[in-house]
Amino acid sequence: MAVCIAVIAKENYPLYIRSIPAQGELKFHYTVHTSLDVVEEKISGVGKAADQRELYLGLLYPTEDYKVYGYVTNSKVKFVIVVDSSNTSLRDNEIRSMFRKLHNSFTDVMCNPFYNPGDQIQSKTFDGIVSTMMVQTS
Amino acid sequence: MRPAQWDLPPELCCRPLAFVALTGLDVVYNAIHRAIWDAFCANRRADRVPISFKVLAGDHEYPKCRTKRTSYEWYIPKGIVKTGWMNKHLNLVPALVVLFYELDWDDPQWKEKQSECATKVEVVRTSLQGRNTKVAVVLIQKKTPLPPGEDLVASERASALCGACDLSGKSLFVLPHTDHLVGYIIRHQFKMGFFSELKQDTQNALKYYRTAYSLVHELRAHESNTLEIKTIAGFINYKICRLCFQHNTPLDAIAQFRKHIDLCKKKIGSAELAFEHTAWMSKQFQSFGDLFDEAIKLGLTAIQTQNPGFYYQQAAYYAQERKQQAGHLCSHEPGVGYPAPDPLETSSGALDFYGQRAWRQGHQSIDPPDTEKEKQGILAIQIKERDILHSELIIALLSNAVAQFKKYKCPRMKSHLMVQMGEEYYHAKDYTKALKLLDYVMCDYRTERWWSLLTSILCTALKCSYLMGQVKDYITYSMELNEVPEPEPDCDSASVITAQSLWCDRVSLAGNNEFTIEVQDYVPFVQCKAKFLSPSFHIDEPVQLHVYVRADCPHPLRFSKLCISLSNQDYNQYCLLEEAQKGKDILEPSTQENMCLVPGKTRKYCFKFVAKTEDVGKKIEITSVGLMLGRETGRYVYLNWRGGWGDAASSHEALQASRSFKRRTRLPDQQVDWDTVSVQSSTMIISRVPKISVQLTHEPPALSNEMYCMTVTIQSEEDAVAKDLKLTSGLKPGQDANLTQSTRIALNGSEVCDDSHPALLPDIPLGDLKPGQKIVKPLYIHCVSTGPRVLLFHVAYSVHATVEDKDITCKCHKDETVTVETVVPFEVAMKFVSRKFEHLERVYVDIPFLLMMDILSASPWPIELMDSEVQLASSMTAIDQPQSQVEGVTLQTNECASECFLLKCPPVQNGTSTVASGHYIISWKRKSVLGETSVVKTIVTLPHVMVENIALYVHAEMPSFGRVRESLPVRYHIENRTGLVQDVEISVEPSDAFMFSGLKQVRMRILPGAEQEMLYNFYPLKAEYQVLPQLNINLLRFPNISSQLLRRFLPSHIFVKPQGRNGDASIEAA
Repeated sequence: MAVCIAVIAKENYPLYIRSIPAQGELKFHYTVHTSLDVVEEKISGVGKAADQRELYLGLLYPTEDYKVYGYVTNSKVKFVIVVDSSNTSLRDNEIRSMFRKLHNSFTDVMCNPFYNPGDQIQSKTFDGIVSTMMVQTS
Repeated sequence: MRPAQWDLPPELCCRPLAFVALTGLDVVYNAIHRAIWDAFCANRRADRVPISFKVLAGDHEYPKCRTKRTSYEWYIPKGIVKTGWMNKHLNLVPALVVLFYELDWDDPQWKEKQSECATKVEVVRTSLQGRNTKVAVVLIQKKTPLPPGEDLVASERASALCGACDLSGKSLFVLPHTDHLVGYIIRHQFKMGFFSELKQDTQNALKYYRTAYSLVHELRAHESNTLEIKTIAGFINYKICRLCFQHNTPLDAIAQFRKHIDLCKKKIGSAELAFEHTAWMSKQFQSFGDLFDEAIKLGLTAIQTQNPGFYYQQAAYYAQERKQQAGHLCSHEPGVGYPAPDPLETSSGALDFYGQRAWRQGHQSIDPPDTEKEKQGILAIQIKERDILHSELIIALLSNAVAQFKKYKCPRMKSHLMVQMGEEYYHAKDYTKALKLLDYVMCDYRTERWWSLLTSILCTALKCSYLMGQVKDYITYSMELNEVPEPEPDCDSASVITAQSLWCDRVSLAGNNEFTIEVQDYVPFVQCKAKFLSPSFHIDEPVQLHVYVRADCPHPLRFSKLCISLSNQDYNQYCLLEEAQKGKDILEPSTQENMCLVPGKTRKYCFKFVAKTEDVGKKIEITSVGLMLGRETGRYVYLNWRGGWGDAASSHEALQASRSFKRRTRLPDQQVDWDTVSVQSSTMIISRVPKISVQLTHEPPALSNEMYCMTVTIQSEEDAVAKDLKLTSGLKPGQDANLTQSTRIALNGSEVCDDSHPALLPDIPLGDLKPGQKIVKPLYIHCVSTGPRVLLFHVAYSVHATVEDKDITCKCHKDETVTVETVVPFEVAMKFVSRKFEHLERVYVDIPFLLMMDILSASPWPIELMDSEVQLASSMTAIDQPQSQVEGVTLQTNECASECFLLKCPPVQNGTSTVASGHYIISWKRKSVLGETSVVKTIVTLPHVMVENIALYVHAEMPSFGRVRESLPVRYHIENRTGLVQDVEISVEPSDAFMFSGLKQVRMRILPGAEQEMLYNFYPLKAEYQVLPQLNINLLRFPNISSQLLRRFLPSHIFVKPQGRNGDASIEAA
């Protein structure tokens, strides 16, 4: 389960960012922000690669404590999921399905005629979906 | 079961291994003995010396030795090889017997133990009597031995023991079991690795180091030896990683390092010295980063996600941890001093073993030997840690990492690390550097729009600027952070005091009180939009400018001055709003009194000014809008919006607002929705709208070459006198250059223009025009070529006007353009025909022919032909006086006028030649209802024609008509035009319509220049148009002149009237 989930706009500013409250929120913001370096690099490299339909970018980079995974939609909106490095039970497939769920929910947000693309996401439904994917802290 | 007879004995097949017996070990009940035994035989690798070990009891009975024969005389062997021999030497008789015995040098019962040991040795010796088996003694000791030569008791007792047991010194070994046996092996492996490296055998070195590394982690770790284990593990790890990089297997190096970190991460050791662990961890990462970087310099390629930067970063992270832990653990009471004597002092000044404590070197048991000493030692280390400049270490590591991430395209990571560096500088109280770094990266976060991160950086930067007394920066940051200037919380208290005095100094300094903030680089809490009400203003109306200001801060805000600078600075004085209304020129001073900004409400300020007449046609731009916070007399901040709009965030905000579907809530009157305010930062000053009418009267299209008349009617609708009226008219500039060549304009239409007339007549003075007055001006345009032309009529004048109680002289102008098509008035078709109106390809000398002219009107307007004239060239003469036959004819559209002239050509040389015919001149004019038009002469060049001499000329003389059954005399003249005598054969063919008398067929000779006459009397038989009997002429000398050619000169038909009845008047008349 994730410790931080973020949605980043095409222009690389955050649309939504949520982290477990226990550890410094700022730290996760920095983690997500720095991971964009790798995302950018991967996106720019995608043109050459054969399969452009693969949205999942895989493990972006491992830090001592966390693993950062990335996903980019066709409209270049990025999803970043940070999981604890100690959580070894999490398989790549599960991360993928998390991203897929996130993408679906994000699509729903975008379909909302009252949502203005580029604004911060303030949807309760989206919030709920994200909550199910976060590490449950009591 | 006995082995089959042909089976090879197992002793033969196995690999012969030296047999070493270990005695004195209780491997079943004694754990230490068991460990010793395991060290010998468990996992013994093939590369070790091949030995077969066995544990035997101390009083084990070895096979008795037979007395050796001294000679083989009389010896009769019973066979060749005994069956038991191989087994005996493999498994029964050892090469060496090692006696293990537990005995410390300071054992209280040394004497007894020594003799017991000697007895045991003796037992073994006895049992092996007669054999060459060696005996060695190993003392298992609980205490770590002191370095050789230091322990006098030990050396003395060792020699005593050797004496008692009858052993050489080489056969006595000491095995301190506290060291755990593996420790010995690690040392061994490490040394092997090191020696291999000396031998440049790096592959084997790596192997030994790897073994050593795995053994290190088999050591039982407890608080007192953790440091030693980690130190050695770190050493070996460094060696392994370095060799891996050297072998170009960087992934192995990384894997090893990861394993190393995972294994050691949790081995913190003493909680009181936790900073030692983090320091060690930091160093591990740093040295790995160094190795990695070194390898890259030697040609290894790193990638974005795997580069030395990550290791430096982690090193920095641990260094930060260390600093924190040091802060916790080393903050002793001020009274606590460094312990004396220095527990970290050793007799040699250095440690004997890596990673041990100076105050208990060689101590191997779990508990410290001396708790007091231990305490002092820890205190000493803590106090030393306190003096370390952590920030420097952290910053150095961070800057290493920054350099790496820069190289591997990680700008955000780099920014993040620079923030950390800045924060570290802040902690280290180096505020200048901190601010410099933070300022540098703030811009990145601002453009990336990560407000959460920007806010945190701004807080630090604000504190820095506060503590440095950097007033301008402080204000800038607080503007962006939207904070109230008060002593910053969370600042180092001592720094606050110095900062406060600094602030006092700065504030008291005069001239230091003005700060300008260029907002486009920041996101301040006041927003501004300035706009001209229109993209253009006429000179006779005031220029209006609105400035919208909005505050986003939580408190109301008062400002003291709002000023706008425009590209023409003369107007700036009119666009100024000050608290004390001094300026008299402000046009609407009464509405502007409110200089307080209420959060979230947009306030509008209006300015008006009259532009100067010389600025007509120029652009006025808002260069900046300045908002002054504070007092001019005291300190103030000047927020400056370049271009009158926008900060670092507004472009995106504007985009979002434009996308938004949100309904704009109706705001109460005078309130403006911020997002709907558009920006218009420049305006054009354009000339006053002219109040005159310009009308053109003409009859298009123009005919080429005519003086086309266009009448311009200018009527004033001004309220005042329009002065200096000037008309510029003619071909509009910027068209095809050929048009300029073929267009003329004149004021006088009575004579045709020549090349001296221009295509554009500029500034025709027309004087002044009173209100309602009208001027009519005819102009004549002469177009040589056909096609469309754009003609321009530009009327300029000046007039006095009053704007906002100011008198100005406005220049006005009005342009009228018209496109005039030019067409040809008529087409002239010319042709040469014979007198029979047959088309002529060529004409014959001295034979008359006709020149026919057809004038086809192409003009939509009637054309009156005034005169026409043929000017013949010398090669042609007119037979009768040519008189115009079309004079006075008026041609409507598509009507055609024709005339013809009878001409002949005088003789030419060479028989044939092409000659020019001359010109045809038509004088004409347009028939216009508007007035008299001038006569235009159009000259048409007549076509060239081929003239030819002819040898024989024939022509007939006959009445113009005949009558049935009445004689019709026809006389043929045949002329010889050559200088030769011609033989001519003439015959007349019979015809149904005629009877005739005369020579039917004759042959004759005509002399040069002579003419022969032939007379025939035709008698018509039928009425109507009849074919005459055909005259055939054959020239015997000129066969190329055919009868057909000559026949062309003769009439072929004649009209025959019927015979009239007697008494018919009409016949009488005929």
